[in-house]
Amino acid sequence: MSPSSSTEAVPGAVPAPDEHHEHHPSYLVDGTTVKSWLLTLDHKRIGVMYLIWVLLFFLIGGTYALVVRLELLTPGPTIIDAMTYNRAFTMHGVVMIFLFMIPAIPGAFGNFMLPLMLGAKDVAFPRLNLLSLYLLLIGAMIAIWGMINGGMDTGWTFYTPYSTHTTTTVAPILFGAFIIGFSSIATGLNFIVTTHTMRAPGITWFKMPLFVWAMYATACIQVLATPVLGLVLLLVVGEQLFHFGIFDPARGGDPVLFQHLFWFYSHPAVYIMVLPSFGVMSEIVAAFSRKNIFGYRAVAFSSLGIAFVGFFAWGHHMFVSGQSTFNAGVFAVLTMLVGVFTAIKVFNWVGTVYKGAVDFKTPFAYFCGFLYFTVFGGMTGVAFATASLDVPWHDTYFVVAHFHFIMVGATIMAFMAAIHYWFPKMFGRMYHEGWGLVSAALIILGFNATFIPQFLLGNAGMPRRYYEYPERFQTLNVASTAGASLLALGFIISAIYLVYALVYGEKAASNPWHSKGYEWLTESPPPTHNFVGPQPIYTEEPHFYVDPEKAEEPYEV
Amino acid sequence: MNELLNKLLFLPEQASTFAERVDSLHYFVVTVTMLSSFVTGTAAIYFFFRYRRRADHQTTEYVIPSVKTEFVFVSLPLVFFLAWFVIGFRDFVYVQTPPKDSMDVYVMGKQWMWKFSYPEGPNGVNVLHVPANRPVRLLITSRDVLHSFFVPAFRIKMDAVPGRYTQTWFEATKPGTYQILCTEYCGLSHSKMLGEVVVLSPEEWDAWVKEQRKGGLQNRQDALADLALEPETARMSAQGQKVAAEVGCFKCHTVNGEPHIGPTFQGMYGRMETMQDGTSLRVDEAYITQSMMDPGAHLVTGFPNVMPTFQGKLTGPQTAAIVEYIKTLRTPDIRTGATQGPVYEPIQ
Repeated sequence: MSPSSSTEAVPGAVPAPDEHHEHHPSYLVDGTTVKSWLLTLDHKRIGVMYLIWVLLFFLIGGTYALVVRLELLTPGPTIIDAMTYNRAFTMHGVVMIFLFMIPAIPGAFGNFMLPLMLGAKDVAFPRLNLLSLYLLLIGAMIAIWGMINGGMDTGWTFYTPYSTHTTTTVAPILFGAFIIGFSSIATGLNFIVTTHTMRAPGITWFKMPLFVWAMYATACIQVLATPVLGLVLLLVVGEQLFHFGIFDPARGGDPVLFQHLFWFYSHPAVYIMVLPSFGVMSEIVAAFSRKNIFGYRAVAFSSLGIAFVGFFAWGHHMFVSGQSTFNAGVFAVLTMLVGVFTAIKVFNWVGTVYKGAVDFKTPFAYFCGFLYFTVFGGMTGVAFATASLDVPWHDTYFVVAHFHFIMVGATIMAFMAAIHYWFPKMFGRMYHEGWGLVSAALIILGFNATFIPQFLLGNAGMPRRYYEYPERFQTLNVASTAGASLLALGFIISAIYLVYALVYGEKAASNPWHSKGYEWLTESPPPTHNFVGPQPIYTEEPHFYVDPEKAEEPYEV
Repeated sequence: MNELLNKLLFLPEQASTFAERVDSLHYFVVTVTMLSSFVTGTAAIYFFFRYRRRADHQTTEYVIPSVKTEFVFVSLPLVFFLAWFVIGFRDFVYVQTPPKDSMDVYVMGKQWMWKFSYPEGPNGVNVLHVPANRPVRLLITSRDVLHSFFVPAFRIKMDAVPGRYTQTWFEATKPGTYQILCTEYCGLSHSKMLGEVVVLSPEEWDAWVKEQRKGGLQNRQDALADLALEPETARMSAQGQKVAAEVGCFKCHTVNGEPHIGPTFQGMYGRMETMQDGTSLRVDEAYITQSMMDPGAHLVTGFPNVMPTFQGKLTGPQTAAIVEYIKTLRTPDIRTGATQGPVYEPIQ
């Protein structure tokens, strides 16, 4: 473990290709048949397949979003009728949450990077990993079948008794979400076991990259919370098809029980969506500031802290549900702790830039957007936990704006940043930097233009899930729809130059960012078994850019 | 200042005592949020420029936070968040606790309208008449799915949950008309479930009440149309007595103070009861409703668990009417104590 004991290997260096063996092809060209992709057990290929699918789901969810925004352009009916609108916003939520935000970063980048960052050849259970991809797809197909054959109009929260009374197709969509839950659990289990058992010699817990810490905390939530959602969704299906009477007051049930069970999963699920983005951003801010993470342990522990207190905050969704005043107070305080943990991360990210060497590339542009969305989204989250303010804001557009800022804003920023940062690693080619910055600017601006008016709409009192609205809300709605078009344009530009780069992009150097992240200690794109020749020696913290002479004396601020 | 911020933040007019309290905290929270994002953002932007990369393989200094820095990072947000919590929770308790002298109105959400019933006298669909400068307690329930009663100008909101009563209250400060919106998604015409609160000055209120009492029977107790009852029993408590007799409450509950199979209704409302699990609670609307819907939930000591559920057998207005009837049977001498139910002034 000590660097002096190994005479040949240079700490943190890319090992020279072993000349005595034949050439090792990259994972991309090692087997080119369709079968070699569809039945692969290689975490990198599974990650790439995840990436393709979640991008497709993002396109579907985004299309629904644009339909909803266009409908809200005028106070009355605009392009679709009320029932279609109710189905559209429901499917926008279901697709975006269950098929994009929850699987996106863990599925695509977690799968690809986690073993590389741990110096492992693969995840602990490669077959389970492939299964989790197919479970996601099976669940998605069942849900999409339900969407085409009738659709559902309950909103993605499926609140009973409406969801058990509606005549629309609830059962297949909920059953699809139930299966998707197994995919999430399998991915989480795999990551937990991989992190515990497959760290390369030298990677102690406190030398793990922060992305691994974030994935680990996420995986804990996935494994602990998802079963609750699975069961409650089955109960709703049972209630609708067989009239169980668990949630329906006409049969002696309790609709508020559903809310408790639902939010017990769905509030931690918010952190399934944002913790991975916190992890991505920790990697990116270090790589592009060329600096060790300021307060590594604080950032690592705050991920676990968020995962833990995230389980005790669900009641803030129910301040006006008739819950007792005392409960509201308890949940209000516990929710604020999440804000404190997030604040620690934000401060430490800004601290990382301090005395760094900042290279303002596209991923860093997304980091800036992310920082701002997280502060704003996080602070409005704490504002919600302030019980008296929640009373007028609850279920208005303020909620919509808030969770889009923190959940969607942070996740999208991290997802886009991750695509750009790891593009050369995954595909061995470079994207066009200029277009990258243009689309990043468009996306960040478009996002603000879409959701800042919604904060104000919420203040003005416009409830969410409104097909028609009083005329006084129109100006802000038009502004929001205009912003959404800008946002869509930004994504279209990204899609075009990224697909172009995939085929015609300049061949990337092995480590184009000169990053000291562990995943760059192998070739880009990596060979099938991740490392050729002797394994890299891990003696330094990840992202250690310090001049070796000064390394002895940390400089405290 | 208040007016400027109110406009800047697109807040609706402040028409209740709660609105002003909520808004001052709102301004504080918005200011802190803006300032902190400004400070964080400025620091970040300054660092991006000050420390931009000058050489391709530049190394950096090994900077780590001291314990002091991390302490500041934790305590700064914590102090602000706790301050918000303390103010916010105090205000929340305020809106959750109706004053003793509130006037009661029963509110029932139904796809897709709001029905209002006054314990004595008139009622309305989608239009709620209330006097200004007098606390009004709303006892809210739903007939079908979840709804949520929201008056932006009053900054109040409360879910309407089928099978139980929730309550909130407000004191309107200015006469006028204010919009009621439903904020819990409730199906196809969710966005059309609008209503209005008409706040009347005391003189107008008296006149309106008089008018209502004079008015034709169709103006009274619309909710009671569901019951197909005789028109002359328009008062809610009288309706309640009738419903209670019809569904058989009096087979087990007396109204003269003698215990029978179940506890007597006499003086029940507002009484502290000891439950079989040793806890005690005060009998209020919520408890009476629960006991009708789920009789075994909290049994009063000394009585067997033999009452059948009336879930699905009583409509919302019938339940409300029985509650009102039981409320009329309270004895004056037990009307003390802080959490005692409101003393209702009859509209007459």
